[in-house]
Amino acid sequence: MPEFTRLQELVYEVKIEEVMNRDVITVSPETTMSELREALRNHRIAGTPVVDQGQMVGIISIEDLIKALAEGEMDAQVGDRMTRRPMTVRADETVVFAVNYFNRHGFGRFPVVDKNGQLVGILTRGDIMRGLLKQLDFEYHREETLRHRVSHIFEELISDQTSITLHCNIVARDFDRAGEASSRIKRALTRLGLHPQIVRRAAIATYELEINIVIHADEGGEIIAEIQPKKIIIRAVDTGPGIADIEKAMQPGFSTAPEWIREMGFGAGMGLINVRKCADEMLLESPNQMWTSAKIVIYLDRQPTEDGPGEQ
Amino acid sequence: MKLEDICCGLSLEVKTAAGKLDREVTGGYASDLLSCVMAKAQAGNVWITLQGHPNVVAVASLLNLAGVIITEGIVPDGATLAKAEEEGIPLLATPLTTFTVVGKLSALGIPGVDD
Repeated sequence: MPEFTRLQELVYEVKIEEVMNRDVITVSPETTMSELREALRNHRIAGTPVVDQGQMVGIISIEDLIKALAEGEMDAQVGDRMTRRPMTVRADETVVFAVNYFNRHGFGRFPVVDKNGQLVGILTRGDIMRGLLKQLDFEYHREETLRHRVSHIFEELISDQTSITLHCNIVARDFDRAGEASSRIKRALTRLGLHPQIVRRAAIATYELEINIVIHADEGGEIIAEIQPKKIIIRAVDTGPGIADIEKAMQPGFSTAPEWIREMGFGAGMGLINVRKCADEMLLESPNQMWTSAKIVIYLDRQPTEDGPGEQ
Repeated sequence: MKLEDICCGLSLEVKTAAGKLDREVTGGYASDLLSCVMAKAQAGNVWITLQGHPNVVAVASLLNLAGVIITEGIVPDGATLAKAEEEGIPLLATPLTTFTVVGKLSALGIPGVDD
């Protein structure tokens, strides 16, 4: 099932009157083809509607001009060479109609009329693109402003103990998806308006724990991030094979990662050290060396740790 | 210095996220071991590596890096390119070695995390 981008959604939402060009250059049926050439060149356009006493009676384009030039008919009147009863689009229709017409008919532009048939604007493909991009830009800036207001969510959700928990399943050996859990958690923390340094530390720690599960856990594991008003608790759990020597595992450069994984740049033996540097508290256990559980805490109201990856 | 200036200066091939080259580069970091990058690279840095698999994009995204220069003529696979485009991470390819690229970046005045 293909996902719709915001751009595709906008095509169905935005009205033609929001993107059309309201400064319509027009000519009359009595205008000569030579005069038309000047008009097209001066305004840098490739076609215009033909208007007779306030009513649109046709449309004339650069193709018509080329034909007239080839036939030596530059003194002819626009009224004799124009396309009568051109295809139009309605101002209150959504852009998708225009897009379909453009695709189907190969015209360069459409005159836009209101519900009474009056000419209110002109629409080219370029106008559609410009209009949609402007809308996307506007929405992006609005989203940015909104994000800064979300940080008070914990003040608004009142209870004796409020927390938001994110629960991610990690698939063993799936390197295509490795990093997905940390990415989601990072996005959530950013959305909640947490300090960028806090977000960075949580992202790095979660990533290293996630990668450890991907590399070492035979059946995968879970990452559970619990966000409370004063701290974040991140737990990483798997069902095996466990850590034989926890102290050794915490030594820089020590890794049990197999060769093919090291070739990808993993197994530097720095993962758990990175986790410890990012966390305010860390507890790493491997009960009976059968499975592994890591729990870290990052306090939201403390200064960043001394020489942690958050600091520089 | 903007990422696009670096692209021009080093004749890098822009493989993804061409719209994100306007970013100001805060420094550089070179390593092929992902955990080292996680530990040291800072937001806005450009990362120089010969690794071209999807996890490179994951790391670059998590750390909010300006972009990744993939050296030694390594061609990132389709999955990596798609992910990079989706995450908005510029991947810049070059046949040059990491050593040469770092030298050229230094000459352009890009600082390392030790500087």
